[in-house]
Amino acid sequence: MMDTLYGLLIAPFAEFAFMQRALAGSLMLSLGACPVGVFLMLRRMSLSGDAMAHAILPGAAAGFLFYGLEILPMTIGGLIAGIIVALGAGAVSRFTIQREDASMAAFYLISLAIGVLMVSIRGSSVDLMHVLFGTVLALNNEALTLIGGIVLVTLVSLAIFWRALVAECLDPLFLRSVSRLGSPVHFIFLGLVVLNLVGGFQALGTLLSVGLMMLPAAAARFWTMRVEPMCVLAVLIGFASCVAGLLLSYHVSLPSGPAIILSAGVVYFASILFGTRGILRARIIHHRHRTA
Amino acid sequence: MTKTCLTFRDLTLGYNSHPAIHHLDGTIRRGSLTAVVGANGSGKSTLMKGIIGVLKPMAGTVVRAPGVRAAYLPQQSELDRSFPARVVDLVSLGLWPRRGLLGRYTREDRDSVSQALMAVGLGGFEKRPIDTLSGGQLQRTLFARVLLQDADLILLDEPFNAVDTKTVGDLVALIKRWHGEERTILVVVHDLELVRQNFPETLLLARQPIAWGETQETLRPENLLRARRFHEAWEENAPWCEPDRHGDQGHDHGHDNGHDHAHDHHHGSGPRAA
Repeated sequence: MMDTLYGLLIAPFAEFAFMQRALAGSLMLSLGACPVGVFLMLRRMSLSGDAMAHAILPGAAAGFLFYGLEILPMTIGGLIAGIIVALGAGAVSRFTIQREDASMAAFYLISLAIGVLMVSIRGSSVDLMHVLFGTVLALNNEALTLIGGIVLVTLVSLAIFWRALVAECLDPLFLRSVSRLGSPVHFIFLGLVVLNLVGGFQALGTLLSVGLMMLPAAAARFWTMRVEPMCVLAVLIGFASCVAGLLLSYHVSLPSGPAIILSAGVVYFASILFGTRGILRARIIHHRHRTA
Repeated sequence: MTKTCLTFRDLTLGYNSHPAIHHLDGTIRRGSLTAVVGANGSGKSTLMKGIIGVLKPMAGTVVRAPGVRAAYLPQQSELDRSFPARVVDLVSLGLWPRRGLLGRYTREDRDSVSQALMAVGLGGFEKRPIDTLSGGQLQRTLFARVLLQDADLILLDEPFNAVDTKTVGDLVALIKRWHGEERTILVVVHDLELVRQNFPETLLLARQPIAWGETQETLRPENLLRARRFHEAWEENAPWCEPDRHGDQGHDHGHDNGHDHAHDHHHGSGPRAA
């Protein structure tokens, strides 16, 4: 019995270095991306993550065009493209009447088109698939170091700007009346979104790294009414999804990225049903009420 | 220590090049309690936004005396009620001027949050999620936040909306307490009876000041009539307000820069179409 469990759960990680790297990389990603996802969700920008992921493409493609399939140039390129789109869309929404959803859509579509154009100039669709879907099972030291750095920057920034970020989400007009941090903190936050998406794209690809950002956050929303526990819970759900997804991928020979995201998807559906603020609770328990 | 808290110099505020506050001149004394009254669209909220700085002037300036810290309770807050926060989290934002971005909240801070909630009649509401509050309770929560901000200049934009009679009494008492503490307070109010009973000074607006000074004097029937007659709609083809023309208007306003408003402020200008 113990042997079966060991073989099922531990052995793949104990015996294979590539599984260890995949685990380390994806766990670190969860640590940074999940809290960022919680704030994206609370700011009603859940789909912006997806848009940003597309926006990164031309930068990554440019890196790929000039240096081939090298992680650093592609990452830096992605970062630059992402930041241009984030700043552009953010600035348009802050300084004009247009809302962020519209400006973000406009910027990311333009960016995506440029990206596809660049990939088509040289690469084959196989390369494009790599950029879009990543390979968590082929993380090298360079990639792990990069992810580690990104997580560190993310957690430190969140710790420093936590109060401003919460205030900016909860009551932006109030923050503007007491401090000038409103706009900077918004842009810092968008920067963190880009950073984490770029960090994720070696491992999961640009599209799936949004999944690791948003799904645990969306699931955590069903369990708690406060931000701090929500972030912690999202990270834990992210961890669980990574472990489950990698094991699934190992045992059943599934592609690892989708396996991780689908694991998170299972947690999401379970949370909708069984969460303390989920459907079943709301329907069944709340038929009873107190006297006051 | 100057006696002036706020100075308006030829202040024009507005939207899409249409003025909502047109060439306002005058001063707000330190420690004064002023009601701001006027019809819908007369520029009351716009003036508040201009003072707090979230709306930039189209012309002229608002000058705050140095070191004056302001607190602002907007008419339409941009509060996100679906955000997962408790009453205590929302009120604690009022500690920002004291603690800023990184300062730790101390035990005294937490006590002062509880006291502020007590003062607005919401003792024991600390742990309530904000999406379960009624409209009036939320308004009082925001009042508690203003209380906590401990500001020298307090701007309240229709603070009594959706608040029951008893609580209006409590809040007015709170405003009077602030007045006693030499804070400068501007309140947008619609209930003229409430103004007559509780506010020593009144600014009557109809895009331009109709009257400004001692409340009984300001709220005389002929002033109120004139305030009601102003043209609320924008005129798309209104001529541009040129510098020399506004010079004329400056005379119409009947007071010069830096002129204290404490005495009578009548001037003959009917409200011009902007």
